[in-house]
Amino acid sequence: MQGKRLNWLYGGVLVGIILALAIFIVKPVGGSTQFSIVNGIIWDSVVSIVSETNSTTSGYTSDNSYLAKNNGSYAKAVANPMSYGLVFVLSIFIGGFISQITKGPSRSRDEGNAPTVWLNKFGNTSTFKRYIVTFIGGFFVIFGARLASGCTSGHMMSGMMQTSVSGYLFAFGVFVTGIPIALLFYAKKGK
Amino acid sequence: MTVLLAILLGTAFGFGIHRVGASNPSGIINMLRLKDMHLMRVIFLAIAVSSTLIFLAMTLGIMDASQLSVKSMTWGVIVGGMVLGIGWGIGGYCPCTSICALGEGRKDAIFFVLGGLGGALLYMLIFDYISGTFLLDPLLGGKAILADMTPSNEVAIVSGVPALATALVIAVIFTTIAYFLPTSSEPEAL
Repeated sequence: MQGKRLNWLYGGVLVGIILALAIFIVKPVGGSTQFSIVNGIIWDSVVSIVSETNSTTSGYTSDNSYLAKNNGSYAKAVANPMSYGLVFVLSIFIGGFISQITKGPSRSRDEGNAPTVWLNKFGNTSTFKRYIVTFIGGFFVIFGARLASGCTSGHMMSGMMQTSVSGYLFAFGVFVTGIPIALLFYAKKGK
Repeated sequence: MTVLLAILLGTAFGFGIHRVGASNPSGIINMLRLKDMHLMRVIFLAIAVSSTLIFLAMTLGIMDASQLSVKSMTWGVIVGGMVLGIGWGIGGYCPCTSICALGEGRKDAIFFVLGGLGGALLYMLIFDYISGTFLLDPLLGGKAILADMTPSNEVAIVSGVPALATALVIAVIFTTIAYFLPTSSEPEAL
């Protein structure tokens, strides 16, 4: 049985309820911060970078000024990897897996390497090229998200549902570049 | 307890992301190419539904306004959004959808995550330089929100109007947009 995606009505209500539950029970959802936290954890396992202190409200600080900002809240998350934020993001993996094996939207074998829109444009022998492009894409997405202090979930969805002005302006910025880039990059040849 | 909630909510969020098709980069890229507005409709409706629920909960006193977490407005938000848009347009993944895509076995998501760690590392290394520029200075009053539900340090734009009313008007507009955006041709469940 071929699994299909939920239509926009059921899908929007489902995601909306999850977003509301998250903020109601704990705090708004967010993902991109955890990439910095994971870097910090790896960094700290090689060379000690976070330390306990009495001078911040979190009780932690870091030699890296980014991890030390906001009273060392990131430094605290690096020192205690079982933090809400990191476990939340890692659990997204479990959710994707469960949906996949319970008749969620299915994908073909080729799509395991590159999405259909890519295969249509570049053919199915372009897997390595796809990996390089997604690497570059990931680099831009997380760098941009850190500069903006939030990503699609943290700024756009969580922000706009709280009627936050920054959420609206973030969404504006994303689509101003995202739409022309996607149109150009995936444009059909000869048209 | 907190960790258990993180597992439950994270799993639910990942399940939702996958079920609506957001972990498939084709969905995001075709939305940005204006070919398939499915995810745009989901996002608009999800914002409308969640916004209505939380402002209703706060108005009824079930939820405390301190649960809100409004992010500061800076030039970095717009510039960062534009940088993110470039990566989004070519890759088709966001931070959360890439993790979800790993869960469903998409190998290209591995490279997105690795690239993401690289981007996060670069930002950590040049943060001192960035924070010395205008990019992180507060803009438009910093933590500004439209609805008048202000836990101390936030600026309400539509002041004097009940927060629920403002949120409901926005929710109705968003639901209307979601309703009228063109339906895609891809087959769907339900």
